[in-house]
Amino acid sequence: MMKTLMERLRSREILISDGAIGSILLSRGLPKAQCPESYNISHTDVLTDIAKEYLEAGAEIIQTNTFGASPLKLKDYSLDEKTDSINRSAVQAVRNAVDDKAYISGSCGPSGKMLKPYGDIEPEEMYESFHRQITSLISAGVDIICIETMTDINEALSAIKAAKSISSTIPVMATMTFDPTPRGFFTIMGTDIPTAVKMLSDSGADVIGSNCGNGIENMIKIAADIKAETEIPVIIQSNAGLPELKDEKIIYSETPEFMAEKAVELAELDVSIIGGCCGTTPAHIKAIRNKIDSLT
Amino acid sequence: MDIINSISTQLISGNDKDVASDTKKALDSGISAETILNDGLIMGMNIIGDRFRDHEVFLPDVLMAAKAMYAGMELIKPILIKSGISSRGKIVIGTIQGDLHDIGKNLVGIMLKGAGYEVIDLGHDVSPEKFVEVAKETGATIIGMSALLTTTMANMKEVVKILKNENLDGKIRTIIGGAPVSDQYASDIGVDKYSFDAGNAVDIVKELMA
Repeated sequence: MMKTLMERLRSREILISDGAIGSILLSRGLPKAQCPESYNISHTDVLTDIAKEYLEAGAEIIQTNTFGASPLKLKDYSLDEKTDSINRSAVQAVRNAVDDKAYISGSCGPSGKMLKPYGDIEPEEMYESFHRQITSLISAGVDIICIETMTDINEALSAIKAAKSISSTIPVMATMTFDPTPRGFFTIMGTDIPTAVKMLSDSGADVIGSNCGNGIENMIKIAADIKAETEIPVIIQSNAGLPELKDEKIIYSETPEFMAEKAVELAELDVSIIGGCCGTTPAHIKAIRNKIDSLT
Repeated sequence: MDIINSISTQLISGNDKDVASDTKKALDSGISAETILNDGLIMGMNIIGDRFRDHEVFLPDVLMAAKAMYAGMELIKPILIKSGISSRGKIVIGTIQGDLHDIGKNLVGIMLKGAGYEVIDLGHDVSPEKFVEVAKETGATIIGMSALLTTTMANMKEVVKILKNENLDGKIRTIIGGAPVSDQYASDIGVDKYSFDAGNAVDIVKELMA
């Protein structure tokens, strides 16, 4: 690939990223109580297949299956000793599928623990955990680090700092999850959008945004609020609405067509990267790709 | 009763040391443990719970208030136990099997304790059998289940099935909560009630125990 991801963002292209991995893994046999990241080692081929499907759907940024692959999080499954190989296998799985036809984004989700004084984790321990995971992702060759679904701004900053300390050249995306309140959007930890945007960009994040949430319509409002605060490229990865159970099956209400239609509004807001979160599939990404391509 | 007001005010501000020293002062001045619990600690938790529900405060404020509540509880609990004042009721809570997410569930536990209920918290990854077994052992009349994952929420139904098989439905009631579940889901799987947040869980428990 000739241009780097950041060069393309600077030339104001809209890039499409991939959709969910976790919900697809479950539909392909991942046992319910098993750590999704353990599949990186035991079923690398399944992850390569999913990455291929997203590539064929038109995604140019493909995430690694490492959302919960920080040692603090892996400890829940007593897999923290395997942090390095779990993260490396995830990058390799995507590399096998995309070669250099797409950018590989190293996913880095919340630790699942709370910093003192609310929880019992020291800032150093949190930082060390992110540092270990991101070191593996970067040395395995990801093109960008994606710190995502954060609700505690200090945890997000800790991860950004770790990434930047490992490499001064690797771009870093940081996304947070906001809920609607009568006073605007806030994370459950109480950070509003202006504060989040300021702190994330001050800490050196190259792309900022939001993911997960409660359907794409809320995400359009969140995107508008973020864009009002910053010139930094914005990423939006919405879920396909909240999950519902029908006839023993979990379904997400937002169809590929609906999300693609709404993605036009994200493009109009000058969002740089559009992708999916929980409940989105290669079909959603393909519909969004086609719709966005038809705009130009 | 200024000291009682001070307890709830300090609790709302999350000042655990002040709640402890005020609680001690109140006890020394002859105010009953029960009054301290109801008009000080529970009152404070109710207010912080309402503010959290209305998005006026956020999770950190609730967690700090809870720490303050525990600081006061620790001092009055031995007295309450000795004087045989019973709790308002017993509830077993936990995150359902396969799910390790317990922040929301912990919050429900805090709010229920703050409202004067005895909470038996089974932690996370709790099997349906365990929920029922502990409820029977302890005489709890409500089982509260939490899930964050769409993939684990289906396990909640098993608890309802076991209760039915053992003819305990109606005697032990069920409540569910968590991001992926809903009112609709609760009625689909035969759970008694859905609660949309921790404050709402307290209202529902009150309703079910009334």
